[in-house]
Amino acid sequence: MKALPWDLQLLNTLAALLLLLSFAMLAQRRIVSLVNLLAMQGALLCIATLLLAWRTGSHHLYVSAALTLGLKVIFLPWLLHRLIRRLGVYWDTEPLLNITGTMMVGVLVVIFAFGLAQPITALASTATRNSIGIAVAVILIAFLTMITRRKAMSQVVGFLSMENGLFFGAMSATYGMPMIVELGVALDVLVAMLVLGVFFFQIREQFDSLDLKHFESLKEDR
Amino acid sequence: MNVFDWIVQLMGIALAVAAAPLLVGWVNQCRAWLQNKSAPGILVPYLGIRKLFHKDAVIAENASRLFRLAPYVVFGTMVTAAAVIPSIATRLPFTRAADAIALVGLLATARVFLSLAAMDVGTAFGTLGARREMMIGFLAEPALLVVIFVVSLTCATTALPLIAERLSAQSFTLNPSLAFTAVAFTMVLLAENARIPVDNPATHLELTMIHEALLLEYSARHLALMEWAAALKLFNYACIGVAVFIPWGIATSHAPLSLAVSIVLLGVKLLVAGAGLALIETLSAKLRVFRAPEFLATAFLFAVLGLLVRLLLGD
Amino acid sequence: MSPGFNSPLTLSLLLLAAWGMVGLAGLVRPVSIAFVARTLFPLGALFGVALAVVAAVSLGRPAEQLVLPIGLPDLPAHLRLDGLSSVFLILLGAASAGISIFAAGYFRQGEGTAPGLLCLQYHLFLASMGFVLLADDAYAFMLAWETMALSSYFLVTTQHRIPEIRQAGFLYLLIAHLGAIAILLSFGILQGGSWHFTFDAMRAAHLDSHWATIAFCLALIGFGAKAGLVPLHVWLPEAHPAAPSPVSALMSGVMLKTALYGMIRVSFDLLGQPVWWWGLVPLSLGLFSALYGVVFAAAQTDMKRLLAYSSIENIGILFTGLGLAIVFAGVGMHAAAALTLIAVIYHAMNHAFMKSLLFLGTGAVLHATGERNLGHLGGLIHRMPWVAWLTLIGVLAIAGLPPLNGFVSEWLLLQSFLFAYRVPHPFINMLLPLGAALLALAAALAGYVMVKFFGVIFLGQPREPTLRHAHDAGFAERLGLAWLALGCVLLGFLPTHVISLLSVVTRQLGLGGLPASDAPWWLLVPVPERQSSYAPLVFFAVIAVVVALAIIGVRFFYHQRIRKGAAWDCGFGGLTSRMQDTAEGFGQPIRHLFQPLFAIVRELPSPFDSKPKYRLEIGDRIWRALYQPLGPFVRQLADRVAWLQQGRIATYLLYSFVTLVALLALML
Repeated sequence: MKALPWDLQLLNTLAALLLLLSFAMLAQRRIVSLVNLLAMQGALLCIATLLLAWRTGSHHLYVSAALTLGLKVIFLPWLLHRLIRRLGVYWDTEPLLNITGTMMVGVLVVIFAFGLAQPITALASTATRNSIGIAVAVILIAFLTMITRRKAMSQVVGFLSMENGLFFGAMSATYGMPMIVELGVALDVLVAMLVLGVFFFQIREQFDSLDLKHFESLKEDR
Repeated sequence: MNVFDWIVQLMGIALAVAAAPLLVGWVNQCRAWLQNKSAPGILVPYLGIRKLFHKDAVIAENASRLFRLAPYVVFGTMVTAAAVIPSIATRLPFTRAADAIALVGLLATARVFLSLAAMDVGTAFGTLGARREMMIGFLAEPALLVVIFVVSLTCATTALPLIAERLSAQSFTLNPSLAFTAVAFTMVLLAENARIPVDNPATHLELTMIHEALLLEYSARHLALMEWAAALKLFNYACIGVAVFIPWGIATSHAPLSLAVSIVLLGVKLLVAGAGLALIETLSAKLRVFRAPEFLATAFLFAVLGLLVRLLLGD
Repeated sequence: MSPGFNSPLTLSLLLLAAWGMVGLAGLVRPVSIAFVARTLFPLGALFGVALAVVAAVSLGRPAEQLVLPIGLPDLPAHLRLDGLSSVFLILLGAASAGISIFAAGYFRQGEGTAPGLLCLQYHLFLASMGFVLLADDAYAFMLAWETMALSSYFLVTTQHRIPEIRQAGFLYLLIAHLGAIAILLSFGILQGGSWHFTFDAMRAAHLDSHWATIAFCLALIGFGAKAGLVPLHVWLPEAHPAAPSPVSALMSGVMLKTALYGMIRVSFDLLGQPVWWWGLVPLSLGLFSALYGVVFAAAQTDMKRLLAYSSIENIGILFTGLGLAIVFAGVGMHAAAALTLIAVIYHAMNHAFMKSLLFLGTGAVLHATGERNLGHLGGLIHRMPWVAWLTLIGVLAIAGLPPLNGFVSEWLLLQSFLFAYRVPHPFINMLLPLGAALLALAAALAGYVMVKFFGVIFLGQPREPTLRHAHDAGFAERLGLAWLALGCVLLGFLPTHVISLLSVVTRQLGLGGLPASDAPWWLLVPVPERQSSYAPLVFFAVIAVVVALAIIGVRFFYHQRIRKGAAWDCGFGGLTSRMQDTAEGFGQPIRHLFQPLFAIVRELPSPFDSKPKYRLEIGDRIWRALYQPLGPFVRQLADRVAWLQQGRIATYLLYSFVTLVALLALML
C-alpha cells in the first residue's frame, strides 16, 4: 500500500464524502434536509477547489472557489429555504420505488459510472483523475434523485446536485473549466433558480399543490 | 509455538472472559451519566452473574436436552471466538485456526443455537424472538462479510491477525473506504449486540424485545452463561473493530513489554469505544422492528460503497 | 487403453450391472416386502459403498477408457473413468448407500406400487445415474440420461392413485424431456462436423465461437432444466414432495448433481477453453436461483416443499460457482478457476449428504405422524430423539455453520470470489464482489429457513394431540441417517484430504491443482499467499473443551439443581400449543421484505364475519408469467396445425404429390 501525499488523500476522502452525500440525498425525505445536504456538498466542493488551487497554484481556481462558496453554499440554499417557507412544502411523499430499492438501483448506477470512467481515467493526466468516476456517479445519482421524486422542489435540488457533480468532474479531469464557461454556467443556474421560483408559485396556484402527479392531468384524452 | 505462546494465548482468553462483563458495566455507566442519572457500579454485571449461579434452575416441563445444552454451546462458541480474535497479540496459536469469515460463521452458530433454544419451549415470545433474531442476523451477516471483503482487499488476506499487523504497520492514511466500512461495522455491531437503535438491552416489554425474548425461559446458571456469552459477544465485536480499524499498538512479538503496552492500549481503546457506544445509544431512538432491515440495508450499502470506492480509488 | 479385468472402470461397470441385477431380482417376488426390503436394499447399499471405494481408488490413477460391443452399429458404447467421473461416482455410491439402508427400513406395504417393482425402478435409477457419469459418447450418455428420467418418473409417481402426484410426475417428465432435447442438440453442435459422436471427437473438434456459444447455451438450458435452475425450476417443488422420501433424497441429493456433472463436462472438457463471458450467464442465473429458492423456502408450510426450494437454492449456489470458474478460466486465472471448481464440487458432495439426511428425516417424521404440513407438527424431539438429533446435524450443516461441511464449501467459494477484482474487465471486476455479497445473503437466509424447519417440526409443543403417538425410527432408518450424518461430519472435519482428492480433477481438466502449502493436515490453507486458514478440528476441539470445562466448573463451584415447572412465558398462564409461532408466521418477515418476488393472494377476515377466516396463497410469479400462458398458446398452435387434418383422402394425396414435386425440384 503506497502512501499518497496528504493532500491527495484528503481530496480522495472529499470525493468519497461527496458520493456519500449524494446517496444521502437519494434516501432523504425531508426537503429542508435535502437543501442542507446540498449546501454541504457545495462546502465540500469549495474545500476541494481550494486544496486543488493550493496544490497546482492556479489562481483562477481561487476565484472559482469563492464563486462556489458564494453561490452554492450561501445564496442558493438561502433562496431555496425561503421558497420552502413561503410554499410551505416540507416533506416529500413516498418516492416511486421504496428506499431500499432506490439505494440498490443507486449502487448499480455507481458501478456503471465507475466502469464508464475507467477508460477516461486512463487518458486523463491530472493527479485527481481517479475521482472522475465519482463525479460521473454523482451526476447519475442526482439524475436518479430527480426521477424518483414526486415534489418539484426535490427535483430542483437534484438538478443542482447534478451541476455540482459536473463541476467536480471538470475539476478532477482538467483542473477546472475555463473561467468564461464557469461564469456562464453559474449565471445560467442563478437565472434558472429565479425563474423556477416564479414557476412554483404559478403551479401551486393552478393545482393547489406541488405534487407532480397533478401534471398528468395535462395529457390529452385518447 | 513454544510454551510461552500458549501461556499468552490462555491469558488472552482469560482476559476476554473476565473483562467482558466489565465492558458491559462501563457502557451502562456511561449511558447513565449521559442521561444525568447516578450510575450503578461498574462491577454490577459480575454480581448479577454470581447471583444467578447460586440459584436453582427452573426449567419448563417440555424443555428438551437442546434447551439445557444450548447455553454451554453458545458460551463455548463465544470463548472460541475470543481465542481467535487477535485482541492483545497477533502471533498466537489459535489465531491461525480461523480467518475472519470463519469467525463470522462462528458467531452465526451461536445465533442459530440461541434461536433453536428459544423455540424449544414453544411459547409465543420465544418463537417471536427467534424469528426476529434470525431476521436481524440474516441481514447483518452479509453486511459484515462485505466489510471483511473490503478490508481483505486492502490487506490481501482474510486472516485477522495479518490484517491487524498490516494496517498497524502502515502510517496514518485517510482511507475513505475504511471509513465507510467502519460506519457499516458500527451499525452491524449495534444490530448484532441488541443495542439501540435495533433492540433495547434493558427492556422487558414483550412486544419490543428481540434478545431478551430469546432468554426469557432461562434461569439460574443457564441464564448466567447466556448473559456472560452476550457480554463476551459485545467484547468480541469491539475487539474485532479495534483490531481492524484502530490496530496501532497491538503486540506483534511476545516481548513482555509490548504485551503490557498492548493490554493497556486495548483497555484505553475499549474505554473510548464503550463511551462512544453509550453516546450512540443515548442519541438514537429505537426503531420499529420492520425498520431494522432498512437500517441493516443502509449498513450493507455503506459497506458496498466502501468496496466500490476502494476498487476505484485504490490501486 | 484397454483396461484389465480388475481395473476400476471394469469394476465400476460390474457394480452398476450388479445394481441392475438387484433391481431385476425384485421382480422374483414382487409383493413380498420382507424380501425386497430386508435383503435387496441392503445389498444395493453394499454395492454403493463398493462403488465409492472403487472410484476413490481410481482417483490416483490415470483415466481409462472402454468400448462395449453394444449400442448403435457404428457407435458402440464408449465408457471412460477419469477424475471428474470418479468424484461424482464417489458421491453417488456413498450417498446412495445411506439412502438405500434407510429405504430398507422405510418402505412398507401400501405404498401404491408393488415393492418388487419399486426395487427395480430404484436400482435402475441408481445404475442409470452411474452410466451417465461413465458415458464417453453422446449416445450412451443420452440413453443413460433418458433411463434416469424415466425410472425417476416412475419412482415419483409411486403413489399414482393420487391425482396431484400424477400431475407432478407429468410436469417433471415434460421439463426433463425439454432439457434432454436441448442436450441432444448441444451434442449435435459439439461434434463440429466430424459426425463422430464420441466425446473424444468432440474434444478434438474446433468450433468457431458462435457455434460454441450456442452449444454452451443449449447445454446450460438442458442441464439447467434437470438441475432446477430458475426459470426451469417449476417441476422441483412439485416432484420432490410427491415422491417417497428416499426417492426425494436420491433426486435432490444425487440426480441434480449429475446435471452439474454434465455442465462441468461440457464447459471444461468438451468445449476446451471456455470463453470468459459465458460464465456470466450461469453466474447470474445461479445467484437469482439461490435467492429465489431460499426466499420461497422461507414461505413454505409443507416440509418437503421447503426442502425442495432449498435444493433450488443450493443448485443456484453450485451454478454461481461454476459460472465464476468459467470466468476465471476464460481470462486465464487458472489457479483461481481451480479453487472455484474445487469449491463447487465440494459443495455438491456436501449437499448430497446434507439434503439426503434432511429428506430422510422428513420421511421418518412422515411415517411416524402421517403429517407433512408444518402446521400439524411440533415437539417431536421428545418422541423421536434419534431422528431429531441426527437431523440437527444436517440442519447445522446446511445452514453453513462451522465446523461442519456446509461451511467449508461456502468458505472456499467466498475465498475464490476474493480473486474477482483481478479480472481485467471494467464492470465485471466490480460486479463480481457484489455477487459474493448476494451469495452471503443467500447463505444467511438458508440459516433462517433451517431454523424454521427444525424449530417448527422438532421443537416447541406438539400442535396436534395425535403427535403423542409418534414413534422413533427403526434400526435400518437410524443406520441410514447416522451414515449420512457421519459423512457430513467427516467432510467437515477433514477438508484437506477431500481437497487433495478434488485437485486431481482440476489437474486433469487442465487448470492445475492448488498450490502446495506446508501447513499440517488439520489446517486448511487453500491460497498460501493469502494465508487465510481454517482448522475445523481445532474449532470443534476448543468448543468441546470449553463446554466440558464449563459444565465441570459449574458443577464443582456451584450446584446442578434443577426444578421442573410450567413455562414462564412472562407470567401469562394457559399456554397452549396454538400460541407458538406457525410456519407462516416464522416466514412472515421474509415474505414482507421480498414481496415483489411472490404472487400473494390474501383473504383477510373482516369484523363483520360470523366465522372469520384468513387465507393466504403464495404463488410463483414465474409459473404464472411464463408457464401458464404456455398451455393455451400450445393449444392455439395445435389448433392451427390441426387444420391440415382435413379428413379427405384427396387432400392427403395432394400433400404427398406436392412433397414429391418439391423434392424433385430440389434435385434439379
